[in-house]
Amino acid sequence: MNSVNSAAAEAIITEAPWVDVCELTDLAPNTGICALINQQQIALLYSSRLDEVFAIGNYDPIGKANVLSRGIIGSIGDAVVVASPLYKQHFDLRTGECLESPEHKVNVYPVQVIDGKVQVQI
Amino acid sequence: MKQRIIVVGNGMVGHKFIETLLDTAEQDQFEIITFSEEPRLAYDRVKLSSYFSGSTADDLSLTTEAEYRDRGVIYTLNDKVVAINPDNRSVSTASGRTETYDKLVLATGSYPFVPPIPGGDQPHCLVYRTIEDLEAITASASESKVGAVIGGGLLGLEAAHALKNLGLKTHVLEFSKGLMARQLDEGGGQLLIRKIEALGVDVHTGKNTQRIEAGETCRYRMHFADESHLETDMVIFSAGIRPRDELARDCGLDMGERGGIVIDNNCLTSHPDIYAIGECALWQNQIFGLVAPGYHMAKVAVSHILSGAEQFTGADMSTKLKLLGVDVASVGDALAQTPGAQCYTYSDGVAEVYKRLVVSADGKKLLGAILVGDAEAYGTLQQLCVNEMDLPESPEQFILPQTEGGGAVMGVDALPDTAQICSCYDVSKGDVREAVQGGCADMAGIKSCTGASTGCGGCTALVKQVMDAELSSMGVEVNNHLCEHFQYSRQELADIVRVKKIKTFDELLDSHGQGLGCDICKPTVGSILASFWNEYVLDDKHIGLQDTNDIYLGNMQKDGTYSIVPRIAGGEITPDKLVVLGEVAKEYNLYTKITGGQRIDLFGAQLHELPEIWRKLVDAGFETGHAYGKSVRTVKSCVGSTWCRYGVQDSVDMAIAIENRYKGLRSPHKLKFAVSGCTRECAEAQSKDIGVIATEKGWNLYVCGNGGMRPRHADLFATDLDDDTLIKYIDRVLMFYVRTADRLQRTSVWLENLEGGLDYLREVVIEDKLKIGQELEDDMTSNLANYQCEWKTTLEDPEKLKRFRHFINSDEQDNNLAYVAERGQRRPATEEERKNNIPLVELNG
Repeated sequence: MNSVNSAAAEAIITEAPWVDVCELTDLAPNTGICALINQQQIALLYSSRLDEVFAIGNYDPIGKANVLSRGIIGSIGDAVVVASPLYKQHFDLRTGECLESPEHKVNVYPVQVIDGKVQVQI
Repeated sequence: MKQRIIVVGNGMVGHKFIETLLDTAEQDQFEIITFSEEPRLAYDRVKLSSYFSGSTADDLSLTTEAEYRDRGVIYTLNDKVVAINPDNRSVSTASGRTETYDKLVLATGSYPFVPPIPGGDQPHCLVYRTIEDLEAITASASESKVGAVIGGGLLGLEAAHALKNLGLKTHVLEFSKGLMARQLDEGGGQLLIRKIEALGVDVHTGKNTQRIEAGETCRYRMHFADESHLETDMVIFSAGIRPRDELARDCGLDMGERGGIVIDNNCLTSHPDIYAIGECALWQNQIFGLVAPGYHMAKVAVSHILSGAEQFTGADMSTKLKLLGVDVASVGDALAQTPGAQCYTYSDGVAEVYKRLVVSADGKKLLGAILVGDAEAYGTLQQLCVNEMDLPESPEQFILPQTEGGGAVMGVDALPDTAQICSCYDVSKGDVREAVQGGCADMAGIKSCTGASTGCGGCTALVKQVMDAELSSMGVEVNNHLCEHFQYSRQELADIVRVKKIKTFDELLDSHGQGLGCDICKPTVGSILASFWNEYVLDDKHIGLQDTNDIYLGNMQKDGTYSIVPRIAGGEITPDKLVVLGEVAKEYNLYTKITGGQRIDLFGAQLHELPEIWRKLVDAGFETGHAYGKSVRTVKSCVGSTWCRYGVQDSVDMAIAIENRYKGLRSPHKLKFAVSGCTRECAEAQSKDIGVIATEKGWNLYVCGNGGMRPRHADLFATDLDDDTLIKYIDRVLMFYVRTADRLQRTSVWLENLEGGLDYLREVVIEDKLKIGQELEDDMTSNLANYQCEWKTTLEDPEKLKRFRHFINSDEQDNNLAYVAERGQRRPATEEERKNNIPLVELNG
């Protein structure tokens, strides 16, 4: 069952188009910005140390405001996280899970950087 | 039916009795009535001398009239009980009142003994006991050049200290051969004389004053039994205390041969309804002239009234104090009066240290000790003595200097839980451990929870050892690592950054850290970097370290919008600028409020609006107020001598100068200052990190106060400073704080955790003990030279301005914002209001 589900999920994701969002140079090292894609607020967070861009939902389900793109990027153990600027809970940038209260989760989106352009699959 | 308890005397011990009874007894069990002949309720006589360094009667007070009223205590000031009638259980007062009691507590204290010397009753012959006495001494000193203190005991030396600080040529006259004859042997007393004379106070021993007559060069001439004489303008008698026992004597209670009201182990007098506590009481032929035994008697009397079992069985008279800057301590039977007692003595004339151990005949127990010049071992010795613990094989190690293999310190593990650690507040080792188990993990917490080390402070080191031992036995790793990415404290990281001249977070992480960093270490390191190098915080190298408030140079509110606080230095603003603020607020429909720091806060700006708003403000001459940073916020001021009828200095001018000097300084936590133009203190400077209060001669500097969740009065740091010295001291205090404090540690907690406390801070800043004064000033100067208004810099850089929009790829706004109107302005809608579609305020498009 499990394998069928994840295969289906992957199938959907691979079907979703890559959307051009901005230039990598629009992102200052180790900070985030917010993008509007298909009327959804997406937080793009750039770790220059890992040389990797992450995309998650911008809405903080605990603080109830669109602020996650404005949090500080860091690591807790092995997890790469962003800390909400409102009440400082940490959201895992790879899984979307809130480390302090796992019942809260934000969406995670695949990101790629092609020729200096940041693209999100959504 | 309530029992009626009358407490005669509202000194420290009388007050302690009332407080303990209220805390222990059930409500409505007792009606408490207290009389004081003084014009005010109980105050801290132990700290009386701080009155000379600027503490007020309010600072010293142990309670307030409001508190007594709230707790139902009936009090009468300025009225003295003059008679007791034990048969019908009543007392009568000087004003003619009569009150009946069920139980009577005599806490009448003592009075300074003035020997019957001819001429000793002249106007400038004074004593040292109450606030009124101190006022009289101050007044007399203002028209005197030379002062003499009769009596070289504890209080006499304190009085001499006060005279010296009042600027008088000071003499101490002692009848016996040495100083502090009750606590020190000859060797200790002699060394104390040398040290005190080196400080400019003349000590004359073996002087028996015979009469005081008119002088030739001074107001008086004192004649001594050895036919010598001394000219002085004023005299303070400090020749010991005598119990105030006349009430008890007159009503027939049992008295000691040389005075004192006889009490038993329950603190009961010879009458079953009358107790006596404190310095008026005589237990086994001893009067206890310290406050700790008095407090214990108060507790015992309460216990007996409530049918408890606590007993008074004598008290430890050990003392440790700093007299005229000299460390002196006396433990137990310091004078070796126990039969068979043996002594170890260590005397170092070069370093001016004298130490003596008194041990039992079999050499197994410590009976007493004397320490002059170095009292480090006090805690260990006092505990060994009080708990009658076995001495190690070679006890001399306790008094030998460390280089010779001595200087041993007893592990606190050896102490029993009942060991009294803080004698001022009777806090045991068990109490401290319990507090730690209850969650206290630093000195500030232990102090507020148990009261330990908030009295004389002599036990601070010991309390900290007990706390650390308990923390580690609980498995709490006593480490001060900033977070999982750096195995260093904030102070250590600050030193690394400063010494290795590290300029970026990545550099520091590479050399001293691990992982990616986090929301704890990044802003901390960002603040350290800014404190030392003060580069533009939004430079690409630093921007990822900043909290959103620092990045967008505003304070994020609950809905993700920001507030705007321009600097209004000293709270002074022209009408034109005020109009600009009003116009901007109106144009952007910003909720407007006046802050506690005398400036104006504009709420509800969205990201894209911030640069537009700030451009208007900067054009009108405003700069950023740094309300978003862990940095200097405001310098509050009163209007001062330019307008106020009472002001003695120009407080606004000084406030603006200070605010402009330190604006932009990044620190471990926010910093608030205030300057008051006179002692009326309208700017509330004593609740600030740095408080300045004008005096006739200059400025008094207060440090490390705060309001907020755990308010703390600032401590008086230095008095009557000129402008330059004031700024120099503030530079040093602030930079020392920036260098050594923990992350998010306010100055108040920093000071409470600083080993050595306020005295140590004075040594570092005023005496420059660590020889870093110049370095601290230079750090401050170079930091301030790099000041920039971050908003001005940001507005000049189109690249930076790109960040100030909600979406990188769209001009739309955050569609989640919703507001309702209230009292003519807008505020964020609650969830309930959003659901019910309460009429929302239109936002500017």
